[in-house]
Amino acid sequence: MGFVSVKAGWDAVENAEKLVEQRRIGHDAPLLTLPQIKTQLRGAVDKVMSEGSLYDEELAALAIKQAQGDLIEASFLLRAYKTTLERKGYSQPILGKEMRVLRRISSTFKDVPGGQILGESLDYSLRLLNFNLMEEKKTETEDIEDNQEKDTLREFSYPKVSEILRKEGIVVTEKKEEFSFDITRESIVFPAPRSAILQSLARGEEGAMLCLAYSSLRGYGPVHPTIAELRRGYLPVRIKHPITGETVKIGEIRATECEAVVPEYREKQIFGLGYGLVLGYNERKAISMAVLDKTLQSTEHKSPSEDEEFVLYHIDGIDSSGFVEHLKLPHYIFFQSDLDRLRKIQEKSDTYAKK
Amino acid sequence: MLKNEINQSHYNFAFLDENTKREVRRKILKAISIPGHQIPFASREIPLAKGFGTGGIQITLSLLGREDILKVIDQGSDDSVNAINIKRLVKKTCNIEITEDAKQASIIQSRHRIPEEKLENHQILVLQVPFPEPLRRVESEEKKTRRMHAEMDYSRMWLYLYEDLIKHGEITIGARYPVMVNGRYLMDTTPIPRWDIPNLNYSENLTLFGAGREKRIYAVPPYTEVLPLEFKDHAFRVEDFSGKSCEKCGASNTFFDEIIVDESGARRYVCSDTGFCKKRREYNVA
Repeated sequence: MGFVSVKAGWDAVENAEKLVEQRRIGHDAPLLTLPQIKTQLRGAVDKVMSEGSLYDEELAALAIKQAQGDLIEASFLLRAYKTTLERKGYSQPILGKEMRVLRRISSTFKDVPGGQILGESLDYSLRLLNFNLMEEKKTETEDIEDNQEKDTLREFSYPKVSEILRKEGIVVTEKKEEFSFDITRESIVFPAPRSAILQSLARGEEGAMLCLAYSSLRGYGPVHPTIAELRRGYLPVRIKHPITGETVKIGEIRATECEAVVPEYREKQIFGLGYGLVLGYNERKAISMAVLDKTLQSTEHKSPSEDEEFVLYHIDGIDSSGFVEHLKLPHYIFFQSDLDRLRKIQEKSDTYAKK
Repeated sequence: MLKNEINQSHYNFAFLDENTKREVRRKILKAISIPGHQIPFASREIPLAKGFGTGGIQITLSLLGREDILKVIDQGSDDSVNAINIKRLVKKTCNIEITEDAKQASIIQSRHRIPEEKLENHQILVLQVPFPEPLRRVESEEKKTRRMHAEMDYSRMWLYLYEDLIKHGEITIGARYPVMVNGRYLMDTTPIPRWDIPNLNYSENLTLFGAGREKRIYAVPPYTEVLPLEFKDHAFRVEDFSGKSCEKCGASNTFFDEIIVDESGARRYVCSDTGFCKKRREYNVA
């Protein structure tokens, strides 16, 4: 059977899409529901919200379902939806200190004010396949004390380790930027302001950022930081009331924040700080972001992770997957043109060889 | 603990299969024969995350017999979450005796510390290694650093230290201080503090170094010379804890954990080696 490429194009395109949809539902297994995805594929939901840069668990779950688990595709769906939404205003700046903390750890000191709170984590689990999950019946969960419930009723903020160190003059105090750059409204310019760097990193693709951060740690970069603090929990979102002008809290978002310190001897004898803040819970990405924020403060560009154009132009999952996959598009013209050159030059090289 | 307990019969004693253990032990023997030289090994997947001690645990699991007594520490502490996690794996797959007493243990696996108590020649210390290559600080490429070792060309490392000294009046390397082993190989000391480096020199025990992610094993055999790089007019120096003592046991000559007490930034100090500190308190040495 031949591949009809010209006339049946319209049908082929529609059928290709239908086939994918058919694979999703054409079987006897129960269909996924959004609550299932939201509650049991939390890592996927948070990755998609972060890279799609839209905080909406419901829509992220929908995107994951529709993209059949392809998370870059799902992030793309979410970001494409986000862009249709009207920008009604900007929320007020939030301090990480205000976080209603569910988990917070510091690698710099054995104990810190407020304490180390291990919370929910797989860091210290044994990676053994649990075959019992293959045929699982829902059982009662054990009752383990958790900050989740405890803190909902009271305002409590944990002191930031970085602030304590800053007071002592051990950690750098950063300059405030008057205006926050908005990478969704303006094309990024280089050298990029820190706000643009942090925004790009915040919605960067986890895998790409992980790769670059790891390269810096391992031997192609200057930064191997210590985590002053990694915390996750709920951050308040506030806006200025459009009529009264007063600041009002309109809700909370889940987030992961990482502050990493690196000794700097070059200009000042002080610890520099790398900052990571990610929508949802994604510690791997928050740490990678802190590493890259720090590498991008470097004035020498010896390694890929220190080069802001290299990093910021290549970590966006939606940009990079789109362009790499565009190679599947027809390139007949382009190729024909190359073909012509190659043939001509082959001919010539034959004649030259004969001479 | 996993709620549904893992069926142990699916796994071999000490998790790794016997052929893998044999490969690791052969590489250990080779490492002992060439002190400080990095020996590549296959490095299997084990159920801990890379970077959490997968090299050390592969060495430990390959050496463990049913009679062994194991001590596991992380940052000097027996109770640190990572030490506990490694002990959980050993308990689950070997069920051997575990101790907190550095003198009792036949094998001690450690991350970032050498116990304060002097180890003896029947004991093995296994250190977890993130960066086996001491020259990585000055050279990113593996093929180049291998050549530098082969030619014993450590000039760039010396230059690094010299430039540090000229710029800052001090060497900026904190932990992971480079050492020369047996007068031949430059060796990475894992991030053990400088405090612990003198304890590697002519130690009675065997010290093994395992880097799982980087797939390297190296060793310092008993009674081997291990010297930190230093200049004639600028001696190597360890961390300065002068005037400080342990809040729990009163010791003044150990490596300390600095702890921030409150938001005012007040500090207190306790021994990093928890087993040693506990022993001092039990025997009322203070």
